[in-house]
Amino acid sequence: MLNFLQSLPSPIAQGMIWGIMAIGVYITYKILDLADLTVDGTLGTGGAVLVILTTVNGMNIYLALFIAFLAGCLAGLATGILHTKFGIPAILAGILTQLALYSINLRIMMGKANTTISWRNHDLIVSSNMLQIGRTILVAALFVAVIIAVLYWFFGTEIGHSIRATGSNQNMARANGINTDSRKIIGLVISNGLVAIAGGLLAQFSGSADINMGRGAIVIGLAAVIIGEVIFGKIFKNFALKLLSAVFGSIIYYIVIAIVLKLGLNANDLKLFSALVVALFLGIPFWKSQFQSKHIKLKEVKE
Amino acid sequence: MLEIKNVHKTFNPNTINEKKALKGIDLVLNEGDFVTVIGGNGAGKSTMLNMIAGVYPVDCGSIVIDGIDVTKLPEHKRAAYIGRVFQDPMNGTAADMQIDENLALAARRGKRRGLRFGVSRKERAEFTELLASLDLGLETRLTSKVGLLSGGQRQAVTLLMATMKKPKLLLLDEHTAALDPKTAKKVLDLTEKIVERDNLTAIMITHNMKDAIAIGNRLIMMNDGKIIYDVSGEEKKALTTADLLAKFKTTSGEELDNDRMLLSADE
Repeated sequence: MLNFLQSLPSPIAQGMIWGIMAIGVYITYKILDLADLTVDGTLGTGGAVLVILTTVNGMNIYLALFIAFLAGCLAGLATGILHTKFGIPAILAGILTQLALYSINLRIMMGKANTTISWRNHDLIVSSNMLQIGRTILVAALFVAVIIAVLYWFFGTEIGHSIRATGSNQNMARANGINTDSRKIIGLVISNGLVAIAGGLLAQFSGSADINMGRGAIVIGLAAVIIGEVIFGKIFKNFALKLLSAVFGSIIYYIVIAIVLKLGLNANDLKLFSALVVALFLGIPFWKSQFQSKHIKLKEVKE
Repeated sequence: MLEIKNVHKTFNPNTINEKKALKGIDLVLNEGDFVTVIGGNGAGKSTMLNMIAGVYPVDCGSIVIDGIDVTKLPEHKRAAYIGRVFQDPMNGTAADMQIDENLALAARRGKRRGLRFGVSRKERAEFTELLASLDLGLETRLTSKVGLLSGGQRQAVTLLMATMKKPKLLLLDEHTAALDPKTAKKVLDLTEKIVERDNLTAIMITHNMKDAIAIGNRLIMMNDGKIIYDVSGEEKKALTTADLLAKFKTTSGEELDNDRMLLSADE
């Protein structure tokens, strides 16, 4: 048990970094009501850009992270244009960009499927090294706090409101003079920019950028968003707290993963496990409504 | 104020589902005209409003609002001139957003949206006053999600949103049809009050012939994608529902086939 508690900081740190990714997923999935699969590619793009710029070009790590963010924004822009200007359904547009990003990510990493980055040679912001885990959690918390603060402000502005209206009711948005196409693009750009930041941090945390690091990322992001909503939805009403609940969801997810691995789950079965968890949590609200319609009460429910 | 010339629209052309929805609509509205529109099922009433609002492009013809040719403008750009209330109360508001946020969205119709706050403090005070004028108790629920409101309350809020910036044209597509009779009357009274107060130019589709006669200064009847009857002034005021049914039969050669309209004729 003590052993387990001592190993907890690592999944917490990992969960916080993935929490940034979950915030990106929240923007598209919850605010814009779009399922954006671009993120599986964008996470790798963020990691690849950061690692190559720091190890090969010797760039300052913060600057490299900023450029990774911009690269993610570009990926979001591509999906946004495919969706709104080519008329491709959002899911398919995301899959197309994701596929294209596989080649692009390989190009960025100069043809190698894996490029390492070590805290021994580089001044990393975050690391899974046990000696630096405290600092890593602090830095990740700072990133989460700043990102939530900026998004809280942004979605309270006129543009932010118009993006929320687009996700809530497109007819109403257009009737009130909102260009719904451009709002979807803005949302996708911000979302993928955040996912790329998460990718840049994650590459440092795991010590390498890998062509497969983003595989199934959307599922983990969704898991975080849904777990956060199921657990904290009733108490967290404020927008900033809702974003925070996605981060909490992500941390919980990684703690659960750490537990099941400890209990002997084969690491190769992790993705199967993740898929089952998400399917389960997505199913719960549906089953609830099915159950209710089968058990309609004879008496009126007292308020 | 509004000039529609020879507007045609065919849905699903050259397919088995081809539907000629509008077959040459010509209509000129003067400033301050309040036109009610009646007609059978599939007569093209809603399609006409959707063409004016730019929901889909016209096949041919032109639409001019207050001297501005909007025929090729996308829906969100035309919104600068047009206020709309829909039949479905869910359609006119963003359910996931607060009442004040919805009103603020409408207040920015036709303006550039930037990084200023989505709702200013000054606006909140104005909105409270505006909502109080509805007399529905909404002025204390500024930060409630619109999704929590009843259908009638939502239509009233939508009506406020559609008219708060004095649109050049107000389009009402059976906006009381989904409401219970008492609420429908309340929303209809409010509509008349606002249109009269601001001297708005408005088009209202209704299935209630009595309303169509009693409200506004002009009435048009549509059938099979065309305007078959256009009456205004004293002549309109003197109409009865029996006149309208007879008129429909003589001009179209058919019985009126709008079930709801016939039901409401007996009320």
